[in-house]
Amino acid sequence: MMAGIMRHIVSVRGIVIVALLLYLLFLPYYASAFYINVFTRILIWAIAGISLNLILGYGGMISFGHAAYLGVAAYTVLAFAEQGIYLGWVQWPVAIILAGVVSAFIGTLCLRTRGLHFIMITLAFTQMLFFFFRSLDRFRGDDGLRIKKRSEFDFGWFELDLMDRLTFYYLVFAILLVALLFVFRLVNSRFGAVLRGSMSNDVRMQAIGVSTYGYRLTAFVIAGMMCGVAGLLMANMERFVSPAVLSWTVSGDLIFIVVLGGSGRLFGPVFGALVFFLLIEFLGDITIHWQLIMGPFLVLVVLFARTGIDGALNGLDHKLRVRFGRGQSGDEEMSS
Amino acid sequence: MNTALVMEHVLNGFQLGMLLFLLAAGLTLILGIMDFVNLAHGSLYMVGAFFAATFTKLTGNFGLGILLAVPAVLLVGLVVEIVALRTLYARNHLDQVLATFGLVLFFNELVQIIWGPQGLVIPFPSAFDFTVTLPGGITYPAYRLLIIGMGFVVAFGLYLLVGRTRLGMLIRAGASNRDMVGALGVDIKLLFTFVFGIGAVLAGLAGMLYLPIGGAYIGMGELILINALVVIVIGGIGSIRGAFIASIIMGLIDALGRAFLEDFLNFFMTEGAAETAGPALSAMSVYILMAAILVFRPQGLFPPRSR
Repeated sequence: MMAGIMRHIVSVRGIVIVALLLYLLFLPYYASAFYINVFTRILIWAIAGISLNLILGYGGMISFGHAAYLGVAAYTVLAFAEQGIYLGWVQWPVAIILAGVVSAFIGTLCLRTRGLHFIMITLAFTQMLFFFFRSLDRFRGDDGLRIKKRSEFDFGWFELDLMDRLTFYYLVFAILLVALLFVFRLVNSRFGAVLRGSMSNDVRMQAIGVSTYGYRLTAFVIAGMMCGVAGLLMANMERFVSPAVLSWTVSGDLIFIVVLGGSGRLFGPVFGALVFFLLIEFLGDITIHWQLIMGPFLVLVVLFARTGIDGALNGLDHKLRVRFGRGQSGDEEMSS
Repeated sequence: MNTALVMEHVLNGFQLGMLLFLLAAGLTLILGIMDFVNLAHGSLYMVGAFFAATFTKLTGNFGLGILLAVPAVLLVGLVVEIVALRTLYARNHLDQVLATFGLVLFFNELVQIIWGPQGLVIPFPSAFDFTVTLPGGITYPAYRLLIIGMGFVVAFGLYLLVGRTRLGMLIRAGASNRDMVGALGVDIKLLFTFVFGIGAVLAGLAGMLYLPIGGAYIGMGELILINALVVIVIGGIGSIRGAFIASIIMGLIDALGRAFLEDFLNFFMTEGAAETAGPALSAMSVYILMAAILVFRPQGLFPPRSR
């Protein structure tokens, strides 16, 4: 076991991941306030990406409507804030549960279909929610509303002040780590085995006596709730919620983050979110027409980088190992 | 509320449905035959409108503008197909969705660079700027009737093309077994390019017809594209007949919902509640219909018989 982990770390991919996590851990020591905000935002998107990766990468469910759960959770936080309720113990569980309820409803209907239908129907349901939130005058429709302050966590002897930039950053970072660990445990459990099995061959899974619908739906709801966590963090981060949070391009961006990082790979969405947003920052500095470059970049990634960043690092390790004759690497795929 | 008013909204629904159909017809052909999801289809709708606006301004005549804009859209469609999309046919749906999503971003930005962020409007073509009195004493703008007529013409034309010609036979054969048709000596690549061309022209045409009513603006293709996807799901993927009927249903639901849902809800709830629920429900109604159809007929109302 220990040797196995060591072998994972002593590889280009392992070194990159450890270095990245250390970089993120000590970020406030060298990043300006602006960049701490940028990275907080990136990590929140990474959490949303991790949740999408669970169903898309491990379950083959191509949801083109994952922004729905961001929106439901964000609007829940906004709704409480509008009532003057900022208690995190109230806001957060309700937001997560509502995201779960909505994803259970959408999942129950959508999972009756496959492939193309599934893509379009998840998209259509998210559009439905988009128009629903847009039609609510109470939340100023298209314009959206500001939230006065972030959620409050008062433990009596100690108060977690989310308005503090560093506290919020470390909270998001901690949640990201928990999400990674959770997905890692989940996909390597029996549940995960069924999920992955249903992706590669659903008919065979059913033939060996596993009714996959329940597993797939459960994964769909877990992903929805996890995305809800990202949504409530997003509402707290921006302290502003508008229907744009569940626009269809957000769902598209989320898929891109997953695929760019490497779909079906644990760290994929983290890589994906980092590269995606740092690229936007970078291109945005050069030209206001950054989408002109981003669009074709997306096409090129799809055409030529099918395993994503994480897959590319893994491939590099594989090449090195073959080159220096350090045995087989067949077990890489499963355990990461 | 009188009959004339209801009829007017019914016609509005038909007009909206026909625009949807022009988009959905191409989309469903491409989907059914090439098994290809093309989100950039909405971009062709947008590009069509912008081309028509530019050419109308240059020539001073809307009809001439359309005549010039159709080949231009066709050209754009073919270039996109040959350069970017062709390599994607063999890929899975995820890759197709993602790559064409990238194209949508690209087109939006490109249009913004060429035509500016404000969009374009043209003066309403004077040739159609009159109303027609229909039997029953309803007056209705001639231009909107033209759109409805155009939809029926295209639907009939596609029916003849797909159902009655040799080319249509190949298209249908290609839909049921691509490889076999290729093995029988048909240039399948050329066939695909041709079908894509038809789809591009129809999408562009829809954008051009919309132009005098709503103008050309960035992002105009996205909303109608998603609605066209809903149409295809409701109608059955690959079925032109299904797309036609589903488009009309959707157009009617949208137009009538917008016009009457609030009044209707007033029967059941207080005025204030109806005022809130009305717009929300009417915006969601087409999706609710889709959910309902999905529960009872996941394959759509008119799935093509061949598969």
